[in-house]
Amino acid sequence: MTEIKATMAGVVDSVFVEPGTVVEAGQKVMAIESMKTIMEVNTTVGGTVTAIKMDVGEFVDEGDVLLIVE
Amino acid sequence: MFKKILVANRGEIAVRVIRACKTMGISTVAVYVEMDRDSLHVSLADEAVLLLDRRGYLDRELLIKTAKEANCEAIHPGYGFLAENADFSRRCQEEGLTFIGPSALAMEAMGLKIKAREIMMAAGVPVVPGCGAITCLEDAMQEAEKIGYPLMIKASGGGGGRGIRVVTGYGELEELLPVCQKESEMAFCNSEVYLEKFFTNPRHIEIQILADNFGHVVHFGERECSIQRRRQKLLEESPSPLVDSTLRAEMGDAAVRAAKAIGYSGCGTVEFLVDENKKYYFLEMNTRIQVEHPVTEMVTGTDLIQEQIRVAAGETLAFQQEDITFNGWSIECRINAEDYKKNFKPSPGLIETFRPPLGPWTRMDTYIVEGLKVTPLFDSLLGKVIVWGKTRDEAIARMRLALDEIQITGPETTVPLLRMLLDQEEFMSGEYSNCYLENWLERISD
Repeated sequence: MTEIKATMAGVVDSVFVEPGTVVEAGQKVMAIESMKTIMEVNTTVGGTVTAIKMDVGEFVDEGDVLLIVE
Repeated sequence: MFKKILVANRGEIAVRVIRACKTMGISTVAVYVEMDRDSLHVSLADEAVLLLDRRGYLDRELLIKTAKEANCEAIHPGYGFLAENADFSRRCQEEGLTFIGPSALAMEAMGLKIKAREIMMAAGVPVVPGCGAITCLEDAMQEAEKIGYPLMIKASGGGGGRGIRVVTGYGELEELLPVCQKESEMAFCNSEVYLEKFFTNPRHIEIQILADNFGHVVHFGERECSIQRRRQKLLEESPSPLVDSTLRAEMGDAAVRAAKAIGYSGCGTVEFLVDENKKYYFLEMNTRIQVEHPVTEMVTGTDLIQEQIRVAAGETLAFQQEDITFNGWSIECRINAEDYKKNFKPSPGLIETFRPPLGPWTRMDTYIVEGLKVTPLFDSLLGKVIVWGKTRDEAIARMRLALDEIQITGPETTVPLLRMLLDQEEFMSGEYSNCYLENWLERISD
């Protein structure tokens, strides 16, 4: 199980996967908007998304868990 | 004169406007969203009203209602948010509030770029070689032959660097024309595009103007804004190292003609591209006060926000062009919460310590205070350091000192990058184009 964490504080702009989505390492899974810049979040590992921890519009701090890949 | 103004903005510009109002004896009402509760503008204003929605600074009807309930006579929009929103200007007027800015009609005249080009040409203002609306590929090909490659396909509804594609030859034109038309339709609800010559190493130089409601227009000389990254300015200076008094008078006259052609009132900026031969071309007009206005204030000794408020209140300009004189040199550095070592990644968060730079002819416009949590919701501008010197060298020396003295801990900022920039030979020589910063950043990242 791997926790994919936010590398920057911001607001969740989009979520590109859902529980059950099979992802490859490096794949874009979320986008976070911070200070008018949209930054993509890529999963560091491949596997299946088992949980989404943050919804669109939610505030995240650096280090917050965004989703879980197993 | 107004007795009370609502400041419909946040950050350093809200602070700036409140200070101008206080100097003039005008009461102020600040508005803020929850994340901005500890910002300086909230504590400086005479009254402050919490906007419950985090998109509150864009809520036209809520802002109008708040202004009326607080018995304000006018709304200052600052820059960004609703500052260039013609509908907001119109709605304020309908509700009996003065919008401190130009009329909806003047904003709309400058909003559509093809129309703006036509108005400028009719007023004798040089525009970038280009054409009107492109209807088909054959049309585009013919126009492109006349203009010459490289050229840009631009969206009529775009602006501020958005909706632009550079093409180097016929093949790319054929390929990108339909793409641009589609993108423009989606982004600006207007598929109209046109072509303009692409300059490879131009300077971005702009003229500050001020107009009253009675057709009097003056200019305050130029600002050199070529230090840009991704079309975002990082450092500005006035005067421009390129511009002499003859060119200043010519460009100033052109900017005044541009403002008169659209019946402009208030503060505005006419942006030009200037090539190696000092030929200048109208780019666009910004119908608001700009971030970099302080460098003009420093060299002309004029409080532009106060003047903007006076003309909005119906006063005639108290001076004529020959009364405006230029003294010394001013530089502004934008202090952004960005980590330049990580590709300018945004760096919001807690301001642990903050000590602004002090000393002679050194000014800082900012909204940050120690203990403030800088929110990721808005842009990254923490503040601006502005210095004045008798000469450019003295201004550079003062800015070096200011950036050495400023202390901000918590977020990463652009301070170390700007400090390095001030020591670069190209910058010190004053001979730089708007490609310089990006090329230098590429070199130092290797």
